[in-house]
This record gives sequence, C-alpha cells and structure tokens, in this order.
Amino acid sequence: MPSSVKKVEIQNLKVQYGNKEALKGISLDIYENEILGVIGPAQSGKTTMLKTINRTIDFTVDATVAGTVKVDGVDVRSVKNIFELRRKVGMVFPLPVGLPLSIYDNVAFAPRAAGMRDKNRLNELVERCLKQAALWDEVKDRLNSLGTKLSGGQQQRLTIARALSHEPEILCLDEFSIAVDPVTTMRIEDVLKELRSKMTIILVTNLVQQARRLADRTAFILNGELVEIDSNDVIFSDKPARKITFDYVNGNFG
Amino acid sequence: MSINIATGADQGITVNRFTETAIVRRKKLAEFFARGVFLLMTLLMIVPLILIVGYLFYKAAPILSFDFIFSNPARGMRAGGIWAALLGTIYLVVISLVIAAPIGVMAAVYLNEYAKDNWFTRIINLAVVNLAGVPSIVHALFGLGAFVLFAGMGRSILAASLTLAIMTLPVIIASTKEALGAVPAAFREACWNVGATRWQTIRGIVLPNSVSGILTGIILQVSRAAGETAPIMFTGAVFYKAIEEGNVFAYGLLDQCMALSMHLFTISTQVPGVPEALPFGTAVVLLGTVLLVNAVAIVLRVYLRSRKRW
Repeated sequence: MPSSVKKVEIQNLKVQYGNKEALKGISLDIYENEILGVIGPAQSGKTTMLKTINRTIDFTVDATVAGTVKVDGVDVRSVKNIFELRRKVGMVFPLPVGLPLSIYDNVAFAPRAAGMRDKNRLNELVERCLKQAALWDEVKDRLNSLGTKLSGGQQQRLTIARALSHEPEILCLDEFSIAVDPVTTMRIEDVLKELRSKMTIILVTNLVQQARRLADRTAFILNGELVEIDSNDVIFSDKPARKITFDYVNGNFG
Repeated sequence: MSINIATGADQGITVNRFTETAIVRRKKLAEFFARGVFLLMTLLMIVPLILIVGYLFYKAAPILSFDFIFSNPARGMRAGGIWAALLGTIYLVVISLVIAAPIGVMAAVYLNEYAKDNWFTRIINLAVVNLAGVPSIVHALFGLGAFVLFAGMGRSILAASLTLAIMTLPVIIASTKEALGAVPAAFREACWNVGATRWQTIRGIVLPNSVSGILTGIILQVSRAAGETAPIMFTGAVFYKAIEEGNVFAYGLLDQCMALSMHLFTISTQVPGVPEALPFGTAVVLLGTVLLVNAVAIVLRVYLRSRKRW
C-alpha cells in the first residue's frame, strides 16, 4: 500500500526543446509503493516528464531543463553515478524494443552491465524477471532464440522483463499497451498490480480507463501544465476540482 | 461484371471495370519502356566488364603459369615473371590497411557514437568528406614530403604504406560511420535506459550488428590501395628490384619494393621490346588479386547478413 514517503519530488519542472516549451513548470510528488496514473492528450509532456526522472533527457540535444527532480530526496542533476540512477528507474516505452540478442541476453544485459557475472544468480534473475513479466511460460524452452523474433506483445513483455532486471525501485511505463493486444494488456496490468507492493509505478497512459483500473492517484497533464492530481476517488468522481478534468475523463473534451 | 462508374451513371453508360482502356494501355506502354531502359543500362554496364576481362585473359593466356607468378622479372623486364611486384603489392596493401583500418574504425566510432554535434565535429566531418575526394597524386606529394623527406623514412615500403593509409583512411571512416548509423537508435536508447554506459552499448549491441558493413567498407579499400600507382611511385615503389623467389618475407619495412600497378605502367610504356603477353599477364594477376579480395568481401557480407538479428 502507498506510504507517505516521497519517492520522487518534481518541483517547478520546465523543459524546452529548442524554442518549444514541453513542460511549463509542473510540481508533483510521487509516494513510495503507489501507482500514479498520468493522463493527458498527446504532446502534453508526459513522456518528457519521465525522461527527466532518469535523465535520459540528456540525450536529447536541444532540450533544456529547469526546476528540480528529486529521487529519494536527491536532486538527479547532482547525481554522480548516472548509471546507478538509471538502474533505480525502470523505463518501458510505447514501442517494444527487443535488443538483437537472445531472449536470455536481453534480460541479462543490464545486470551484466552492472557487473554481475555469477551464472546461477543470472539464471535465477532472468527466470524471475520473465515470470514477473508474464512471459516465462511462452519462452522458457527457447531462451536462446532471438528476442527480436518474438511477436510485438511478447517483445513488450520482454522489454518489461528487461526493465525489471536491474531491480528498479521506480518503474515508469509510457503507454506500454499501444502495441499490445487487449489480452496481453490485461496480463501486464495484473503484473503491475502485483509489483505495486515492491516498487513505485508511474503509469503514463492514453487510456483513461487504464489509469482508473490501476492507479491509486492520477495526474492530469495538459499542454505542459499540471491540471490536477488527486486520488482516483476524486479524479474519477462527478466532482473533480476542475471541470476540464471531468470533461477529459468522461470523453467530452475539445 | 459491369458497374456504373460515377460519371458514366449520370449518362446511363455502363462500363466494364476490367476492360483495357486507353489509359491502361498507356500505363502498360510506359511500364514496358521503363523496364526496358533500366535493363538496357544494366546490360551496358556488364558488357564492357566481360569484354575487358575476356580480352585480358585472351591476350595473357600464353604466359600465365605458376612460374610467371613465382619468378622475378628477367632480361631487362622483357621476360620472367612478376613475383617481386606481386609480393610488393601485398606488402603495401596489408601494411596500409593494418594502419588505416583500426584508426579509421575507431575514429568513426567516436564521430558516430560519442561526438556531440558542434562546430568542431562538423569541421572534422567536413574534412573527412573532402579528404576522401583528394586526388591520389596529391596524397603522393604529401607522402613524399611528410614520410620520405620530413620523417626520414626514405623511399620505402613503410613510407608508401603510410601514404596509402592516409589515402584510404577517410573512405574507411565514411563507410564505417554509415554502417554504425544503420543500427537503429532505439537499441542504443534501450541500453542507456537500463544503465549501460556508451562503451557497453557499443561493444554489446552496436559493433556486433554493424561489423559486416564495417568489414565490407575496409575490404573494398584493398582493391583501391592495390590499384593505385601515383601514391607509391614517389614514396617507395621502384622500377626493378630482384628478391628471393618464393620467400614471402623477402622485403623489409624500409626496403623499396616493386608493385603490380607500377610494374604494369613500366612495362607497358617505359621499356621497349616487351612481349605483348607480359603486361597483359601482369594485368590479369592484378585484377585477379583484387577480384579475389572482393569475393572474400561478398562472401563475408552474405554470411554476416544471414545472421542479421532484427
């Protein structure tokens, strides 16, 4: 269950791509072991927010970041071991990316990069992550075949297994179900419910109902600004704080 | 089956949708001509190649033998074989690639994987492109000034190889960058997201998946280095030098050497009374060496591509 410990603190975060403002100063806290749903139409800055948390925004050449993002109370800008920060934050993006490696190596890539060499521990970890991602039963007999040859839905679960392989404390999912069929989506949602006790989950989604089903709290972001963040009981009630939230959630938007 | 098309229906005309109308006939004709022209151009490219190779072999046939390959030129280059020249070419090509390939590949990895897009890297990229377009005779003059005279290597295999290396380097950089760029960016981002360093990403994902393109680019430079005359003429290749026949270690790094391209130039233009088969035989051996290396490149590419993993 969600605790009152702040896992991620975002304060007045502004991000620009060249002259284009993607985030216009948003502030929100994410508590340990909660699932925070993030909803909002395309281009509202949801993905950008995720990228600032593990600082992969650094790879976008023309991006400038202002404001602070803290993970466990530490400003990510001041983190010296950026690789450790990225291991602390698992990322799953909309389109599945199976690395051109075997299924086993896909999952073992991150722990190996972190220096894990012990065969037994690796085997254990790979099996556990694939099970957590609800993929184990389908691939356990062909761990040496290529990850890129799996179907789209399987590759997305492989991506999730990879994101879990570095034992993150925060798991960010960016519209993970876009390239996945409804059955797989439901299976992954079940997985997320189980993971809730172990980690903090940020679930960016275009599907309002998905946030409603899974999240403890939901944030509504529009045009780079935070419109409202509150528990699901409020956001999905008849009377959220802002009428525009009600309209978006109920599909009367625009 | 007949249907009413929109305009036809107004006028009460029924048109069979599958009849050959004038428009369809015109499309077919255009298709026929397009295919024909492209095919013709492709054939035009093949015909001279076959003619050249056939003519060379026909003219060289009387002289081609193992003896021709493994014996030195004799009687003022009017007889004998091409051993010294063949071995010289092999030395020059191998040594120049041993120098150019690692430098070129590593420079390309830096430019493609590490370098930020700023004025400095843009200047380097511009320099690479321009250097690739510098005529070989200019490289020759540079090699003469820098390696033979300034560095004091004298006219030697080392100086000539370095000159060839400078000549092939920019092309190796360009082709390697191309091969690295063909690896999807999503793979790199996925690696960075799980906390891998750039080097771990390059070693684990980028290089294994671009190695076929990189090797192809390098091997194609073999034929270029083997065929060039100008860069070695000033820097290390000589008209005539006898070496021990059959000994592949007959040359030293600071020796001067003979080379196939230079030898061909010499016996076809500089020495009177050379039997006709001799230059043609030399040309066939040069061509054979180059084609052999290219064949290796093709086999390698097919093999590595069959292992392509996405």
